Amino acid sequence: MALDSKIPQGPLADKWTNYKNEINLVNPANKRLIDVIVVGTGLAGGSAAATLAELGYNVKAFCFQDSPRRAHSIAAQGGINAAKNYQGDGDSTYRLFYDTVKGGDYRSREANVYRLAEVSTNIIDQCVAQGVPFARDYGGLLDNRSFGGVLVSRTFYAKGQTGQQLLLGAYSAMNRQIGRGKIKMYNRHEMLDVVKVDGKARGIITRNLVTGEIERHSAHAVVLGTGGYGNVFYLSTNAMGSNVTAAWKAHKRGAYFANPCYTQIHPTCIPVSGDHQSKLTLMSESLRNDGRIWVPKKKEDAIAIREGKKKPTELSEDERDYYLERRYPAFGNLVPRDVASRAAKERCDAGFGVNKTGEAVYLDFASAIERYGKEQAYVQHKDANDKAVVTALGTEVVRNKYGNLFQMYEKIVDQNPYKTPMMIYPAVHYTMGGLWVDYNLQTSVEGLYAIGEANFSDHGANRLGASALMQGLADGYFVLPYTIGDYLSHDIRTGPIPTDTPEFEEAEQNVRKQVDALVNNNGTKSVDYFHKKLGKIMWNKCGMSRNATDLQSAIDEIAELRSDFYKEVRVPGGQNEFNEELAKALRVADFLELGELFAKDALTRNESAGGHFREESVELDGPQKGEALRDDENFTFVSAWEYKGAPKDAVLHKEELEFENIELKQRSYK
Amino acid sequence: MKLTLKVWRQKNATAKGSIVTYPIDGIDGDMSFLEMMDMLNNKLILEGDEPVTFDHDCREGICGSCSMFINGEAHGPDRLVTTCQLHMRKFKDGDTITIEPFRAAGFPVIKDLMVDRSSFDRIQHAGGFISVNTSGNTQDANSIPIEKENADDAFAAATCIGCGACVASCKNSSAMLFVGAKVSQFALLPQGEVEATTRVLNMVKQMDEEGFGNCTNTGACEVECPKGISLENIARMNREYLSASLKG
Repeated sequence: MALDSKIPQGPLADKWTNYKNEINLVNPANKRLIDVIVVGTGLAGGSAAATLAELGYNVKAFCFQDSPRRAHSIAAQGGINAAKNYQGDGDSTYRLFYDTVKGGDYRSREANVYRLAEVSTNIIDQCVAQGVPFARDYGGLLDNRSFGGVLVSRTFYAKGQTGQQLLLGAYSAMNRQIGRGKIKMYNRHEMLDVVKVDGKARGIITRNLVTGEIERHSAHAVVLGTGGYGNVFYLSTNAMGSNVTAAWKAHKRGAYFANPCYTQIHPTCIPVSGDHQSKLTLMSESLRNDGRIWVPKKKEDAIAIREGKKKPTELSEDERDYYLERRYPAFGNLVPRDVASRAAKERCDAGFGVNKTGEAVYLDFASAIERYGKEQAYVQHKDANDKAVVTALGTEVVRNKYGNLFQMYEKIVDQNPYKTPMMIYPAVHYTMGGLWVDYNLQTSVEGLYAIGEANFSDHGANRLGASALMQGLADGYFVLPYTIGDYLSHDIRTGPIPTDTPEFEEAEQNVRKQVDALVNNNGTKSVDYFHKKLGKIMWNKCGMSRNATDLQSAIDEIAELRSDFYKEVRVPGGQNEFNEELAKALRVADFLELGELFAKDALTRNESAGGHFREESVELDGPQKGEALRDDENFTFVSAWEYKGAPKDAVLHKEELEFENIELKQRSYK
Repeated sequence: MKLTLKVWRQKNATAKGSIVTYPIDGIDGDMSFLEMMDMLNNKLILEGDEPVTFDHDCREGICGSCSMFINGEAHGPDRLVTTCQLHMRKFKDGDTITIEPFRAAGFPVIKDLMVDRSSFDRIQHAGGFISVNTSGNTQDANSIPIEKENADDAFAAATCIGCGACVASCKNSSAMLFVGAKVSQFALLPQGEVEATTRVLNMVKQMDEEGFGNCTNTGACEVECPKGISLENIARMNREYLSASLKG
């Protein structure tokens, strides 16, 4: 099948408006005859379910958590971007569009990104109307902060809990529709297959996680808002339950998987403390507004700190290497995530890491505390030269801005970050890759849609901070409800989709077979054993820095690990009860396939782009020496993989990316 | 660290449960409580036993999934943390730790330490929202200035994670801190005023139907709340309820 991105004709700025004017609509009476399944209830799925129900469709929504409010969007901290230009600092739809395409290292689709920037302002209006308590200034108006990779302040926030507040907004919109009976909510349900009838997605097979019951659900269209696959690395900032299963099952039923190797490794996470570690905790990028990142200039200082013989606060200014400010004077500590992460790795690999494992750098708030303290001292007519007064006042300002993050850090690390710098290290955070979708957010399977992090569309090879929340809500509130309507307008006479058909039977049996096999496997090793092993391979060979030799060996090792998994995994308990090990085994089985495709994709893309850094592709000379080198001539395309059995047999389809409005440039933040 | 764990085991919602004792060794102070439970489970799996079921997901204190009652306290001995953020350095070598599910009529046990908190969802369905459609054509976000103090208080109320620690800590199994937080968030914002009367009446009615008890101002909920939700929210809900009842 050839890839058709279905980008509307016309000038960039008019595409979405023209598109909306020309699509088919479904009249309200007919919407009542149409069912839509939405899987996942994070920002994308939750907002889509609520909006589709408001429009009048019958929605069935599914989540594996015990409540839609617990989807992992809840953990997003720093903020959400919107081109409101409330600060009057030169922001505009075009600039948000431009920053996003550039930040994504010119590997995203112009038309999608422009639409995202265009609807971004509606999101803020909508959320405020829903009662989302964004941060405000003393005049009562909305406040903004800055995020990496941009030169304006366009990020709206609610302390360090923006994702929580936005998700609770979408959840409240869902609640209203659940209360009216327009959404039927299925908590603690895991989607385990997509059902296709005559080539169209017409339903899903789920497993009730409490009773173990395998269920059939039908609809006229299926929407996946099931998030990303960062947990393929075992350790990530994702929730323990975050998984690729829904997307992977869709892939196996014909949906192409795009750019699996584009992974975001977030620069500011709490470092790994030991082998017992089950997940990693992010420290919001917003901290880089005020925190300065450094390591010691001298290796002996780094060694002394690692051995506990020296404290970071004992090092004077000129003994510190603020390496981001040194290497990237224009953006300083606010370079994009991929750049900041690689720079941290570079320093640590060179022997300047500052914790026991040598894999940590400092994020220091001392200068911010001093700066804010002085400002407050002037405002409050106190002595700006009294260090104790300044520190107390400055600490208070920092507490107001980031209090919950500092508290979280202190609880985990047992150190007071107001007094000593935080230690941070990069960790897997977000996946830009995902199911391939066209402009309508439809996958390569008719009637099957993917929204939010589950699709690949807007962030190219690297996502900018505070853009995930924007994309999730844009897709769910303002894009999908239009595009899916155009598709469903052909289904007004179809009638309910029956579930007693051979297609549903085949899919259900497929699921039952897999469940039976795992429960009866009687191996000797736990699911986590395999998941951890897979994570190690991924982190060591498909992590922040990749090369052909490692990637090839990752492919082989993962294939072997997968075969061991089916021989040796042990899933205790039965299938007709709550059985977390079984749920985990089903997810890890899919990670073991995705991981291999990930490595294959990374091997194929012999260029450095955004979060995908190939050691073979760096600038050798000039002012950019050592920086990532894109290869626009050979790789300006989206890799969309078609399932053909084993991951090694996947077939590559290329969607060439055309840039009509932006000139491709070296992405410089110097 | 060497510890003795006394864990509530219950096969399913209808089975009778009991406390089972497990010795555990090699616990590091840097582990989170749930990582200690992972270790126990891994041991049980390898010994051919069934692992202990408990709710957990984000493991960074924000999703509200984890819900253990540890040594008689919801989320254990530390303050302002959920179980997933409780670290083993809060315990010492040789300690005995008793781990039970959150217990309340409104939270029936599903299995072991996992309970059904869908009652909280149903209370929200009854009125935990502002009736505005997602047209994208609402007025500009800055057209209603909101006093910073009110916005901050609304935010503080909205940070409730719906974990249910308030209910588990309350001798009456009252859910008023949870409901009060949601009612307060909207009561403090002009957007929420329009439906204030019906919201508080409906949510309180649903709360009562779910079998949660009344508030007798003991304040245990506030002490054990991992997000520090203030008792003021209960007072505000009572005010809202009273004035709504008079109107209604």
